[in-house]
Amino acid sequence: MRIAVFATCMGDAMFPQAPRATVTLLERLGHEVFFPRQQACCGQMHINTGYFEDALPLIKNHVKTFQPILDGAWDAIVVPSGSCTGSIKHQQAMVASKLGDQKLANRAAIIAENTYDLPLLLTDFLGIEDVGAYFPHSLTYHPTCHSMRITKVGDAPERLLSRVQGATVVPLPDAEQCCGFGGTFSLKYPEVSSALVSEKARAVASTGAEFLVADDYSCLMNISGRMSRLGIATQPLHLAEVLAGTRDHPFRREPAGTTLTTRGKA
Amino acid sequence: MRPQSTTETSPLQWGETFRDGSRRMVGNDQLRANLRNATETIRSKRDARAAETQNWEELRHAGAAIKRYSLDHLADLLEELEANVTANGGIVHWARDAHEANAIAYDIVARHQVDEVVKVKSMATQEIGLNEYFADRGIQAVETDLAELIVQLGNDHPSHVVVPAIHRNRSEVRDIFTDNFEDGNRPSSDDPRELTMRARTHLREKFLNAKVAISGANSMIADTGALSVYESEGNGRMCLTLPEVLISIVGIEKVIPTWQDAEVFTELLPRSATGEPMNPYTSWWTGVTPGDGPQEFHLILLDNGRTTVLADPLGRDALACIRCGACMNICPVYRMVGGHAYNSVYPGPIGAILTPQLLGAFEDGDPSATLPFASTLCGACYDVCPVKIDIPSILVELRRRSVESGAGSGSGWGTAMKASSEVMRSGRRLGAAEALLPLGRAVADKEGRITQLPWPVSSWTKSRDVPSPPTESFRRWMSRREKAER
Ligand code: SF4
Repeated sequence: MRIAVFATCMGDAMFPQAPRATVTLLERLGHEVFFPRQQACCGQMHINTGYFEDALPLIKNHVKTFQPILDGAWDAIVVPSGSCTGSIKHQQAMVASKLGDQKLANRAAIIAENTYDLPLLLTDFLGIEDVGAYFPHSLTYHPTCHSMRITKVGDAPERLLSRVQGATVVPLPDAEQCCGFGGTFSLKYPEVSSALVSEKARAVASTGAEFLVADDYSCLMNISGRMSRLGIATQPLHLAEVLAGTRDHPFRREPAGTTLTTRGKA
Repeated sequence: MRPQSTTETSPLQWGETFRDGSRRMVGNDQLRANLRNATETIRSKRDARAAETQNWEELRHAGAAIKRYSLDHLADLLEELEANVTANGGIVHWARDAHEANAIAYDIVARHQVDEVVKVKSMATQEIGLNEYFADRGIQAVETDLAELIVQLGNDHPSHVVVPAIHRNRSEVRDIFTDNFEDGNRPSSDDPRELTMRARTHLREKFLNAKVAISGANSMIADTGALSVYESEGNGRMCLTLPEVLISIVGIEKVIPTWQDAEVFTELLPRSATGEPMNPYTSWWTGVTPGDGPQEFHLILLDNGRTTVLADPLGRDALACIRCGACMNICPVYRMVGGHAYNSVYPGPIGAILTPQLLGAFEDGDPSATLPFASTLCGACYDVCPVKIDIPSILVELRRRSVESGAGSGSGWGTAMKASSEVMRSGRRLGAAEALLPLGRAVADKEGRITQLPWPVSSWTKSRDVPSPPTESFRRWMSRREKAER
């Protein structure tokens, strides 16, 4: 298959390990991956904060960048983030049509139809659960709110993880509880956000797992940022990073200072 | 518990912003423990009741459809209702706002020359501040719902629409009763049964002496003129049947077309609200029946901002709410801060959309204009709502209105959003900005953590570390790979 990747602005600039692992994984599975360079941001933060006018140029850019899918240039678009997928699927067309650009809205809707977050691309679009991954570590999975309730990922991540050789999956208590990030919510209501993320961090710590895995680096950044401050050693990791490793090329933690780690116990 | 030093404007919004309210409440560990216990219990019961109902999704769908139909045909249904209530011997009054509703109710009570009335728990009468209005005129309105009584005697505000005393534990309740009950009826322990029996003794006397009762209603049936109250204790039924005069104050959005439609809510409401398959007491009444029950019945139909909300195609869905409170029990934000943080009779997710809409408040400086921002948009409220109100989408729409009316313009958010929009609108611009990211590494410690950052992310680094930017962006990695391949 020909698959275009939308790295997301956060994935591109702050957490490149997620889109990198996505590319590595899909190529290993025999697919051809494309990176349309004009891509930037889906507009989620601007839309969720109420700045529709400022989101419009971002949506226009996204639609222009991924327009080739309308002519069959690719078979699907993959996004290693549940919340950005949610924004593409449920917000872009809505904002475009509210701001009176119906043509843009129509194109955004078709792009949305062909866009998948990573777990659903694998299970539903490519029809594969065993990706041949090897990950000899314990992990706990946080089903992020937008994956769960907006992109409706269901148990796809759990099914994928259950086929990973070597991995021990420890259930996360109160897994469905929001981590309290909410984009600018965490900046506007820092006290409430901190209280929520503290609960989540404690739940993660209680599993004793080596890694906290999710399908979205925003949530991972929030939770691990708090874990780091609290001295909890569980390390954040994107689902793609777990699935990309094999026996021949096992997952290797990036050296300290090059990626997101938590401070852990001193 | 009651917010202090705020100018109390209206029970819909009493002057303090959610920001201040949430800060005040979030540090209260006892409150959080009370809320956690209570919401978790109700939630797991609710989940079990929904799961065992084989056609739950169909029921939700039907509930949603009936409410939407009723809102679309509201004017006709209300006229039909009025005609039928009148034909049944009731008297219908129309109240545009809180003041009119209170004044009509007060006139009726004054005519009967009593200084005390009994009340069934009712959101509409809280919304208009009826108890306070009456108290100012020398009439005591006695709450008879147990939880509502606890709140009233504690000189407190309700914290939830279904479980008003959710924020109180039983030792707090014992103290409240000890302070308020007559000699001989003071509790000796915090045993729930004893507390309930004390309250019962206290209330029995009120019921037997009351001449006038005040109620709300869960629904009104247009084609028969019947009204309903769903409750757990039977105290509501005492109010509805014992006194000579009954005054029901009901929001106009509570009307539904037929008896058959009520069936759906009889299934949806108790399961969503308290996790019971059926609520213990459902009372229906139609006008007056000679020699049986109240001999004078007044229905006050309350607008108080509802027609304005109705006229708004994007926000009107909030009026479909059946006040089950399920969205509060599941909301992560509500669970951290409780109902008082919202500073409105309607707390939680539904309050965050309903309050600003009823007040038409989207302007900067209006405390309820900040309410739509009081959510992480996690979507749990939409999932649980028995009538499928898409609260997250309405929140986003209200945020947009707030932004467009210029709210928060002085705060720097507008500038930050515009600036980031400039960078994020093209791959070239984003790539150029990424070239600067390594600068961020300079402020990180040797393990790559940033522990302090300037506004607006300073509030983030107060409690969380931030990773330093990576050595190479994804974009650059892709370019490097492509070059190597060539
Ligand atoms: S919005 Fe929905 S879940 Fe919340 S109280 Fe109303 S009906 Fe219940």
